[in-house]
Amino acid sequence: MNDDPTADLLRGRLVRLSASSPEDISRLFVGWIHNSEYWRLMSNGPPFPWTQEGVRKHIEKEAEKEDLRNVFFAVRTLQEDRIIGEIGLDGISYARGESYVGVGIGEAEYWGKGYGTDAMNVILRYAFTELNLHRVSLTVFEYNPRAIRSYEKCGFRMEGRAREAFQREGRRWDMLHLGVLREEWQAHHA
Amino acid sequence: MTNPISVPLFGGNLIRLTPLDHEKDPEVIAGWTHHAEYVRMTSLEPLRPLTTAQIKKQFEQIDKEMEEGRRLFHYAIRPRDEDRLIGEARLEWVEWSNGTAQLKIGLPDPADRRRGIGSDVLRLLLRFAFRELNLYHLEVQLPEYNVPALRFFEKHGFKLEVRRRQAVNRGGQRWDLISMAILRPDWEARNER
Repeated sequence: MNDDPTADLLRGRLVRLSASSPEDISRLFVGWIHNSEYWRLMSNGPPFPWTQEGVRKHIEKEAEKEDLRNVFFAVRTLQEDRIIGEIGLDGISYARGESYVGVGIGEAEYWGKGYGTDAMNVILRYAFTELNLHRVSLTVFEYNPRAIRSYEKCGFRMEGRAREAFQREGRRWDMLHLGVLREEWQAHHA
Repeated sequence: MTNPISVPLFGGNLIRLTPLDHEKDPEVIAGWTHHAEYVRMTSLEPLRPLTTAQIKKQFEQIDKEMEEGRRLFHYAIRPRDEDRLIGEARLEWVEWSNGTAQLKIGLPDPADRRRGIGSDVLRLLLRFAFRELNLYHLEVQLPEYNVPALRFFEKHGFKLEVRRRQAVNRGGQRWDLISMAILRPDWEARNER
C-alpha cells in the first residue's frame, strides 16, 4: 500500500483511470455493446440499442449532479493511452460507507490479460484511501468465471448467491454477490 | 367451482391494499419519518424527518415513477373496514425480463404487529407478484438487527441468500445487511394463497 498522499492514485501497472469526454466515451460504448457477449457479461437486462446521442445525453445529465454518489472513469492503457473500458463506483453511501463497483473492458482483444484486474485494484485504492469507504460490493453472473477469478484476486470474498435470479438462453442463472472490507483490502495488499 | 379471476387481489382478511391518498396520507407519513426506531428498522437511509409538504412531493415522484417506468407498485395499507393509513407496501425494481423484484412492507405502529396483519399483507403481495405479475424471484433486504422481520420472512418461506458484511453503520456499530428471497415454485408448494 502506498502511504504517500501525493502518489499517483489513479495509475496502476497497466492502466490509469481518467476522465473522458461524453463524445468519446459514448462513441466507444455504442461500439462495445454491439458485441452482445459484452452486454451479457455486464448487465442482466436485455441489450438496449443505445444510440450515441442517447448515451451522450445520459452521461451529461449524470455529470451535472457532481454529488460523488457515482464516480465514473475511463480505463486507459498506459502503453498506448487508449481507452479500452469503463469502471465506476455507483450508489455510494457515505453514511454506511459502502459503494457498488462495476468494471468492463469493452475492447475484446484486451480480455483475459489483467487490464480489468488492474483497473479494479486502482479503483479500490481510490475507494478506500480517498473516499474512505468501509466496503465495496459487486454482483457477477455465475456464467462469468473469468470475472469471478479477477475479483477474488483483488481481495473480494463471496457473500452470497441470489438463486435463479435472472433468465437467459432458456434457463435461470444465479447472481453472485461479492464484497471486500477495507481491512481485508489492506491485509491483501500488505 | 369459483372463477379464479374473482379472487380479490387487494382485499385481505384484515387489511386492504389501496393507492396512496395525496390529501390525507402525507401528514401521517410525515409523522412516521420522525419515528427513529421505525426508520432504522425499515430503511437504509439516515433518519431524516420530513414535512407534510415534502412527503406530498415524494408522492408525485412515486406516481411519476409508477406510470413511466412500470417497475414500481406502491400501496397504502388500510384496515379492511376503515380508511386510515396503517402502513405501506411496495414491489420495486421490477425486472420484467428476469421476473424479479424487491419487496418492502412497513407497519410503523407496534400495536399493528404480531396480529396477523403483516402476514395478510405479505400473502396479498406474493399472490399479486406471482399470479398476476408472473414474477419468479422476490427479494427482501433487512439489516441484521431487525430480528422480528427476519423471523417473519423466514416463517413465510424466504431463505437467506446474501449477507453483505458490515454494510450498515448505526449506533456506532457495523451490522450485516441480509437479503432473503422466495422463488415462485417454493411459494406455490407452500399453498399459502
